[in-house]
Amino acid sequence: MFADWPLLSLVVWLPILGGLVVLASGSDKSAVEAKVVALLFAIVTFLVSIPLFTEFEVGTAAMQFVERRPWIPGWNIYYHLGVDGISMPLILLTTFSTVLVIIAGWEVIRYRAAQYMAAFLFMEGLMNGVFAALDAALFYVFWEAMLIPMFIVIGIWGGPNRVYATIKFFLYTFLGSVFMLVALLYLYFQTGSFSILDFHAAKIGYLPQVLIFLAFLAAFAVKIPMWPVHTWLPDAHVEAPTGGSVILAAIMLKMGGYGFLRFSLPITPDASAALDWLVILLSLVAVVYIGFVALVQQDMKKLIAYSSIAHMGFVTLGLFVVYDIVQYNQAAGQPALAGAAIGVEGAVVQMISHGFISGALFLCVGVLYDRLHSRRIADYGGVVNTMPMFAAFMVLFAMANAGLPGTSGFVGEFMVILGSFRANFWYAFLAALTLIVGAAYTLWMVKRVIFGDVASDKVAALKDIGAREFLFLALLAVAVLALGVYPAPLVEVLDASVAQLLEQMTRSKL
Amino acid sequence: MTFAIPDMAPALPEMFVLGMACLVLLVDLFVSDRGRGATYVLSQATLVGALFLTLGGNPEPVVTFSGTFVRDPLGDVLKAFIYGVVFFVFLYSRDYLRDRGIYRGEFFVLGLFGVLGMMILVSAHSLLTVYLGLELLSLTLYAMVAMQRDSALASESAMKYFVLGALASGMLLYGMSMLYGVTGTLDIAELSRAIAGVEDRAVVSFGLVFLIIGVAFKLGAVPFHMWVPDVYHGAATSVTLYLGTAPKIAAFGMLMRLLVDALGPVQGDWGPILVILAVLSMAVGNVVAIAQANLKRMLAYSAISHVGYLLLGVLTGTADGYSASLFYVLVYAVMGLAAFGMILLLARAGFEADRLEDFKGLNERSPWFAFMMLVVMFSMAGVPPFLGFWAKLYVLLEAVRADLVWLAVVAVVFSVIGAFYYLRVVKLMYFDQPAEPVPLQAGADMRVMLSVNALVILGLGIYPGSLLALCGNVFSGTG
Repeated sequence: MFADWPLLSLVVWLPILGGLVVLASGSDKSAVEAKVVALLFAIVTFLVSIPLFTEFEVGTAAMQFVERRPWIPGWNIYYHLGVDGISMPLILLTTFSTVLVIIAGWEVIRYRAAQYMAAFLFMEGLMNGVFAALDAALFYVFWEAMLIPMFIVIGIWGGPNRVYATIKFFLYTFLGSVFMLVALLYLYFQTGSFSILDFHAAKIGYLPQVLIFLAFLAAFAVKIPMWPVHTWLPDAHVEAPTGGSVILAAIMLKMGGYGFLRFSLPITPDASAALDWLVILLSLVAVVYIGFVALVQQDMKKLIAYSSIAHMGFVTLGLFVVYDIVQYNQAAGQPALAGAAIGVEGAVVQMISHGFISGALFLCVGVLYDRLHSRRIADYGGVVNTMPMFAAFMVLFAMANAGLPGTSGFVGEFMVILGSFRANFWYAFLAALTLIVGAAYTLWMVKRVIFGDVASDKVAALKDIGAREFLFLALLAVAVLALGVYPAPLVEVLDASVAQLLEQMTRSKL
Repeated sequence: MTFAIPDMAPALPEMFVLGMACLVLLVDLFVSDRGRGATYVLSQATLVGALFLTLGGNPEPVVTFSGTFVRDPLGDVLKAFIYGVVFFVFLYSRDYLRDRGIYRGEFFVLGLFGVLGMMILVSAHSLLTVYLGLELLSLTLYAMVAMQRDSALASESAMKYFVLGALASGMLLYGMSMLYGVTGTLDIAELSRAIAGVEDRAVVSFGLVFLIIGVAFKLGAVPFHMWVPDVYHGAATSVTLYLGTAPKIAAFGMLMRLLVDALGPVQGDWGPILVILAVLSMAVGNVVAIAQANLKRMLAYSAISHVGYLLLGVLTGTADGYSASLFYVLVYAVMGLAAFGMILLLARAGFEADRLEDFKGLNERSPWFAFMMLVVMFSMAGVPPFLGFWAKLYVLLEAVRADLVWLAVVAVVFSVIGAFYYLRVVKLMYFDQPAEPVPLQAGADMRVMLSVNALVILGLGIYPGSLLALCGNVFSGTG
């Protein structure tokens, strides 16, 4: 029944329209109307995005829900939207997370609440645009425009060092992206259009491929972020308000991974194959070294931020290990792509799952921060005694973060490690090692914050979560468990698109 | 020798502006300070009338006045934007001038004569006409900068501007004389035909270099930029607004007339010179702007960097590249208008609002105009979805098309450096608290038009197709 609806346009423009309405409706004194309107728009957008999943045609890698009309005819730029199995789940993740973020900011944000809500709605629309755009110019517009509301969110509602953090965030990502822009312009002259699908089909020489690959790497490595260009992330996460951290961790980081999937791998397959060692090396450094860095953090948000970097290392590992699997298969005389899909699918599952888990953990920290105004682990202890319900949620999410079977965190990591085994025992060994490190830093934090004796009078006076907080934590808990127990629907959606991607990334374009 | 009356019709807008400027001058003699509104309305009517005359004319290129004057699509587009920009300048300036006791007829009369100079400049078809238009423009600008005669800063900057400007004009004239020497003509079309066959390349290169110095000075390209920050800073903000916007469009017109129309065949000689000017301008402008505490100075250095990007299109020597630069200069004029307009909006009697900290906490004082300024700043930084992004994209596109990928990379790296100081303005407006939370005092017309100005930047940023097509069509016949 939704087949003729411009669903993708709706999920892009409805929130942006909502943001304008929110700005117009809410004064800063009583922002209740603004919040209600914002929540309504967020919920409606989420509902509109559901048919993207239910009506999604499994088994084809073709773009679906396509909309295409001329935008800038002189340059052959189209307003071209469409989703496949890789981008559709990310749009759902975005619309879902935005609802949570709006609920989470309900009572907490007192200063300029209307602008806060509007910023998140703008961001939602722009992020959906990033995932839905099939025209590189359109993609770039969304990709960059999204930085503006995030810049404002961190800068206005952030912590004491927010100005430094937000300018660092903006300039880092901007620097990475402009190289991508030059690469896109180069591709435009090779193909005569900005269509990403045309880019996929274009033949490109080896040297240009390498340069384009490096330009893309600059953009996506900063965004995802990979070691050693990750330093903006801990700063931005620590200073951002809870909602900002959630969106950053749950969605913006995924854009880096999505960029690799949509741009680097299919457009520059030969360069990817030649330089896979570089990405794998950086991923393993992230997974191992950043894991140890997380271990020594004193600040909960910083710890989760570093844990995000380590988890994103799994994503890039899963993507680029494919080339080693192909090599192994060729040496062993098996079909080239045998067992390769599991790494890529694991990477995507990991992205979605990390979106839920990291978002949930940041919300948990936000719950504590709202009460005690501290993120320092040392200020807490024995929270379970005063906030039993909250403690249950936090332990669940922490377990998921450590990759406990039955939660979504396990599925992705397990698939990536399985894929790595086929490629190289040592990759898998190193990656699996971090499951231990990951368990160590997450559970140690939980031990110090949640369990033990009540640390202070302040902790003793804590109140357990209310209905609003219960709502968003419960929603996330359901998502984490559902994806952990029964990931099949997601994997099914991915299958055809991943198969096509594998074909594209292993077919030489020279 | 027979004397034929030349075809006057192509120069109708120029004659109209000249006549009206004289009329405004006369009328202003008879109005008191309270009745200055008449001068203002008459000046604005002149611009609107000129716009109709320009748009209503024959679109085919016509050369008249014995080959010294041309009317063509490029000239018409540039003129139309010059009228529009000056219209906004006059509108934004009114309150500001009144508060400072310089709300006199001179501002408008000089402004109109400046417009006339710009019109002649962009319609020049002879080296002499170029010089004529340039001097008419420059002399009015010197006088306008000096208009705030009790201000030491203004007098100083007028003096600097005059001395350096005279020097640059001299250089330009010298270069023209050399070209005349080797080709024996001042007519731009004939010059273009003759230049390729000249045996003595050294003289051509010599003349070319002097010509470029003259143009680079007018544009404010490094290393001929020294006057820009001082003059922008010293002049009254209304005058800065005037001289920072419309003359840029005219200077671009001059660049096109001299380098492309006249010296197009020797593009191989001037292209590399422009590459150097472009890189230096982007580097110096963006880096030095970071160190400024005064917004007018910051915008001056920002203007220098924008000239660098503007040159990226011209230096490719292709019709598409010229279109890109045309688009850039028009977009820059619109953005500059809004940026200086914001300073005028915040200024009030006895308070200039030209320091960066004067923008602190603007979001508290007026969320709407804080957002407008945010639009302008991000647009200048080249962040989508604003108009400035497309301007940068267009020139980068042409640089890549001309196989100058390295230059495009240099340009984007400096644009990231440049983003920092624009972000700082946004930071001051949104993240800091105001020093004195007084509400804004500007009149309704100013508020509305400034909002329109900024919304155009946003609206055309979301749908830039029409303006892009306009700029593309101008050069569709050349190249």
